[in-house]
Amino acid sequence: MSETLLEVRNLHKTYGEGSTATHVLHGLDLRLEAGELCALLGPSGSGKSTLLTILGTLMQPSSGQHEMLGRDLTQAGDRELTEFRNRHIGFVFQFHHLLPDFTALENVIFPAAVEAGRETAAMRGRGRELLARVGLADRIDFLATELSGGQKQRVAIARALMNTPELVLADEPTGNLDRESADRVMQLIEEINRDQGTTFLISTHDEKIAAYCRRQIRVVDGRTA
Amino acid sequence: MPYGLKIALRYLTAGKAQTGLLIAGVAVGVFVFVFISALIGGLGLFLVQRTVGDIAHVSVEAPDREAGLLLPGGEGRILLAEQRAATRREQLRTAAAFLPLIEALPGVRAVSPQIVGNGFLVRGQQRAPVGVTGVEADKVSAIADIGGHLVAGSAALTNTTVLIGSTLARDIGVEVGQVVGLLSDRDIERPLLVGGIFELGLEALDSRAAFVSLAAARTLFELPQGISRIEIKLDDLDAADAYAARIAADTGLAATPWTAGNAQLLSGLRAQENSSNLIKAFALISIVIGVASALLLSTYRRRSEIGIMRAMGASRSFVVAVFVIQGALIGILGGLAGAGLGYLLLAPFPPPDLATAGDLPIDVRQGAYGLAIGLTALGAILASILPARAAARVDPVTVITQ
Repeated sequence: MSETLLEVRNLHKTYGEGSTATHVLHGLDLRLEAGELCALLGPSGSGKSTLLTILGTLMQPSSGQHEMLGRDLTQAGDRELTEFRNRHIGFVFQFHHLLPDFTALENVIFPAAVEAGRETAAMRGRGRELLARVGLADRIDFLATELSGGQKQRVAIARALMNTPELVLADEPTGNLDRESADRVMQLIEEINRDQGTTFLISTHDEKIAAYCRRQIRVVDGRTA
Repeated sequence: MPYGLKIALRYLTAGKAQTGLLIAGVAVGVFVFVFISALIGGLGLFLVQRTVGDIAHVSVEAPDREAGLLLPGGEGRILLAEQRAATRREQLRTAAAFLPLIEALPGVRAVSPQIVGNGFLVRGQQRAPVGVTGVEADKVSAIADIGGHLVAGSAALTNTTVLIGSTLARDIGVEVGQVVGLLSDRDIERPLLVGGIFELGLEALDSRAAFVSLAAARTLFELPQGISRIEIKLDDLDAADAYAARIAADTGLAATPWTAGNAQLLSGLRAQENSSNLIKAFALISIVIGVASALLLSTYRRRSEIGIMRAMGASRSFVVAVFVIQGALIGILGGLAGAGLGYLLLAPFPPPDLATAGDLPIDVRQGAYGLAIGLTALGAILASILPARAAARVDPVTVITQ
């Protein structure tokens, strides 16, 4: 029987106040089991990105419950959330968001190095393994700015896996790639999910991308359908 | 290497031209600091040496004897009183006991027991008033550097020679090797051979001073024992006040530091130092503003990277550290460059004691290099706090959703 990794209940999120208030999430409920590969589908403005931001502990909900790995994250402070995010959550963004003045390897090991306060040989070894895993063994010392779009996104996936997180949140990870590159990225995510049991929640509005996932979650008007 | 340091170094080396210009700007500010320190310090030293170099740093004299009534006071009018002698001071009768005590004080460079008095230098019909100083033969240059400023003859004193200033020699038309008469205010005249002529550059000495041996002075001023005063030269002339107080306490005699008679010079030096501090403060302020504005710009330019780092688990304190380290590195590198440049450019200037008229009296030793580097590093760190705090407040959500 699979184990519950994450659960949110009656999640609300409102931006602004008074007459300018915008309600984005309206009592959203969601539960993810460990090892799932899920697609988060929904039209623009449905609240997908807001949900991912809250699940990634980058933002607090206006109300509701948010638990992960048995911990209530709703009341946690900034320092606690930062540490939690670093150890248990990986991110892959639509625009990769690599550090431009750093090499592929330095970008990959960043989450581990920033936690430890220094780089170690072990980190560099794991970074090389991850880059080889995503097919970039020959691009280890390339600056982020010297890589193609698909290569950057694969570096971002390797970075998201550096601290062996239980959950990787991907916000339109193929939205900026051509079809061939998008397929390669999704195949890679599928492999990692299968081989390592890492849970993926992938926000997309592309049904073909969603088809790679075993579970599709639809968000409509701030609620799961 | 600490990870914050690595990130800071990478950010600085990523924009080499911008970082180079920033460090150059800081270096210029530090150079101004060093230059002003060396110039004002050198100027102060130059003025003090010119003024104090040939006078005693501390003088020990017997207090003036109060003129007393020759008849017992009381009722009625006083018709007879002793006038305080302008030409005769009380003598230090027990100087022999104090001299070893003063000489043994650490920091005392030279001690010169002297007999002083007034008189006339006589040659034929010409007479010139002179202040006569009797000194021990081997201490003629202990206080005023007579030997170093000789224009003719020798500084070696014997009981039959006199050393006079160049203006005085011209006034009465004598040269080395000629005989002059020295008539003291005790009305005793001795023929003396002009052994040397000096030019100290101080008109009061060059036109009115005559140096004779202590033995000659005893004869001229009828002082078979005792001396008039003790002149003391110190290693550190700034310590004159403290030494004077200590000597006065130890001997019970009146000890006067050079500062007592040079209040205007000291006031001028203080005003000069205040101006120097003001200029240095403005140099430091411009460094702080320059570093703060450059780092604020960097914070704005790297907003998205800061947001990514925060999303990847970098704490706010880590982000603060990255920017404060950048500020510290800019301050230290700019400080070292400015101080090094200052030293290299100022080193060729002659030290103030060798400076001649028209030279900039720069003292490269007084560049305050360590202080300049330390204050610059501190200023740059303080300047980086505002940008660092701004960076730490960057919201990763606004960055990654853009």
